Amino acid sequence: MNAETRPAVQLASSSVGALAAMKGVFARDMKVAFRQRQDLLNPLLFFIMVVTLFPLGVSPEVSFLSQAGAGILWVAALLSVLLSLDHLFRHDFDDGTLEQLVLQPQPLFLLILAKTMAHWMLTGLPLVILAPVLGVMVHLDGNSIAVLCLTLLIGTPVLSLIGAIGAALTLGLRSAGVLLSLLIIPLYIPVLIFGTGTVAAAAEGAAVGAYLALMGAFLMLALTLAPFAAAAALRISLSNG
Amino acid sequence: MWQFFHKLGSPKWFFGISTRFMPWLLAGGVLLLMAGVVWGLAFAPKDYLQGNSYRIIFIHVPTAFMAQSVYIMMASAALVTLVWRMKLADVFVKAVAPVGLVLTFLALFTGAVWGKPTWGTWWIWDARLTSMLILLFLYGGVIALDRAINDEKSAARAVAVLVLVGVVNIPIIKYSVDWWNTLHQPATFKLTEKPSMPAEMWVPLLLSVLGLYLIFGWLACVRMQTEILSREQRTRWVKEFVLKGRV
Amino acid sequence: MNTPDAIVHRPDYGALMSEPLPLIPEPLLQAINLQCERDKRILFRELSFSILPGTVTRVEGPNGSGKTTLLRILAGLNDAWAGDLKWCGAPVANHREEFLRNMLYLGHRPGIKPLLTPLENLRAVMAGRRPVSDASLNQALQGTGLAGYENVPCRNLSAGQQRRVALARLLIADEPLWLLDEVFTAIDADGVAAIEALLQQRAAEGGAVLVTTHHDLALPNMHRLVLGKGGVTDER
Repeated sequence: MNAETRPAVQLASSSVGALAAMKGVFARDMKVAFRQRQDLLNPLLFFIMVVTLFPLGVSPEVSFLSQAGAGILWVAALLSVLLSLDHLFRHDFDDGTLEQLVLQPQPLFLLILAKTMAHWMLTGLPLVILAPVLGVMVHLDGNSIAVLCLTLLIGTPVLSLIGAIGAALTLGLRSAGVLLSLLIIPLYIPVLIFGTGTVAAAAEGAAVGAYLALMGAFLMLALTLAPFAAAAALRISLSNG
Repeated sequence: MWQFFHKLGSPKWFFGISTRFMPWLLAGGVLLLMAGVVWGLAFAPKDYLQGNSYRIIFIHVPTAFMAQSVYIMMASAALVTLVWRMKLADVFVKAVAPVGLVLTFLALFTGAVWGKPTWGTWWIWDARLTSMLILLFLYGGVIALDRAINDEKSAARAVAVLVLVGVVNIPIIKYSVDWWNTLHQPATFKLTEKPSMPAEMWVPLLLSVLGLYLIFGWLACVRMQTEILSREQRTRWVKEFVLKGRV
Repeated sequence: MNTPDAIVHRPDYGALMSEPLPLIPEPLLQAINLQCERDKRILFRELSFSILPGTVTRVEGPNGSGKTTLLRILAGLNDAWAGDLKWCGAPVANHREEFLRNMLYLGHRPGIKPLLTPLENLRAVMAGRRPVSDASLNQALQGTGLAGYENVPCRNLSAGQQRRVALARLLIADEPLWLLDEVFTAIDADGVAAIEALLQQRAAEGGAVLVTTHHDLALPNMHRLVLGKGGVTDER
């Protein structure tokens, strides 16, 4: 090994800006995900299959499906996000890149925010895009489908953000997947209630602006608080490993 | 002040002081709870609408009330764990989480028993019951996480984060469940929100709530002492305690 | 417990570069009364030492004596410890980002994404630290003997080659403090010799290296930090 390119020792006080660091994290996660495309497809297939279970398991009646459709889609989306959360930190933890992430001279919560955004782009957003197709299959009317997609668009980032806390807390534990679900599902309930409730209100012809604004407030709250909690949880889990 | 705070964090100091006042907590708690429950069950007047079946509130309301306040107490202790790393706060959270779970379960169970004569069914997706059910899940998650992490310090801090995340969510959950409930079944009548409850009813209720608080305090001390002994088993004072039977 | 900041002397950073090292240099990193307990077992306690610029220190001790834990504590990855850690005289916790900027840690796990190529891996890890041109990254990879593998996904490389990708960071490192945990694993004899030379060079340039390894390191003037057997009964 030669060392000619190496600068001489000197204490440095400046590093890359936080935004550039976030971009780096985001770009890396996207690149890794697109190298392993099957992993991207799995939550989507799961989403479709769970929705399929309801007409088969409960009733294919148009009246039932059109009433329960929004709830079915929301529950299925929630479960697919939950399923994908285990991957959020696990691979990085196993190969040691998570250690290097934590050791970057940057505020950790911002790096986690970048990772969570990448996670949402790769799991939440495809669900939102796929939702209209499934909405038609469960006989939702056009207006309901539009409102449903809006609620999913605002709601799924919240699922990713809250989920990041659970993924960080259960990192490196045995049976982390089940434990993660136990910790996170209760916290998902408000998002689920307002997600489906907004669609129900729209179906009855009520104005949904206020409900959507409330979901937006959830998103803002999750955006500001969840990365801090996830960062704290991540430090604790790494201390243990 | 800081010295006192530091002392309060010392498990040994707590062990000594708690042994002294635990009998009082237990005696006071049992006395108040007995008084409240006997008064409530035997002497308080019948409810004009529900007859005698309403009397379960003298058990249901205290347990439901305690179940929620135990979570708030846990959250305060969790904050102390994360900010000041006080050992005693870790011990408290670990010791009382199962107590909270049992109280929540009791509240749900008595709620179901009450529901049978009132609503004609064991379970109804009522806002209060549903909120309590979610609280049960939250307690379950806290205990599961604590059991899953081997190192007790990491476990304490991870649990503290989870409890704090939970306590931020509790008002949101409560609010959304209430909203969900009005959306699906407009409230016909609410059981515990009578415009005016006669003193013969609320005084025994208050007594049993206070009694349960004291008993909870005693139970928390017992469980904390057990946990402290297990954690500090290598220290000299615990060895001496085991040999001589006193601190 | 903390020393008041006012009496701590903080050196002028630029001075280290332009002036010769002072006779008694200020320690880069200082540990005072470190104590770490794990699963009710005390790994070490009352552990105090200073890492001076210009030194290579090997952390020694039997398995389970806490070598890896110590390095992780120093790096800031493990925060289940008590005591004081100082970076250039000031508590590390108060200057976390500055400390991280000047510290390079390589652990047991190489920190390499198997799906990315060596070049992409280096780019990703440097993205949050400082801008480095692809040319110098490529040069560093060639320096570690990975010429021709720059665009092969790391999962197709051998364990030793993957380790070399991680070690390429040493060739572009401007961080004065290196914490290296078992980095010689899966590296052949030539590679070990090259790394030894790098460590010595870093020390000669005024940096400091802390290393754990099961290899026989043959460095002149190497300091040793010996950890005990652990498992001491707590006699408070």
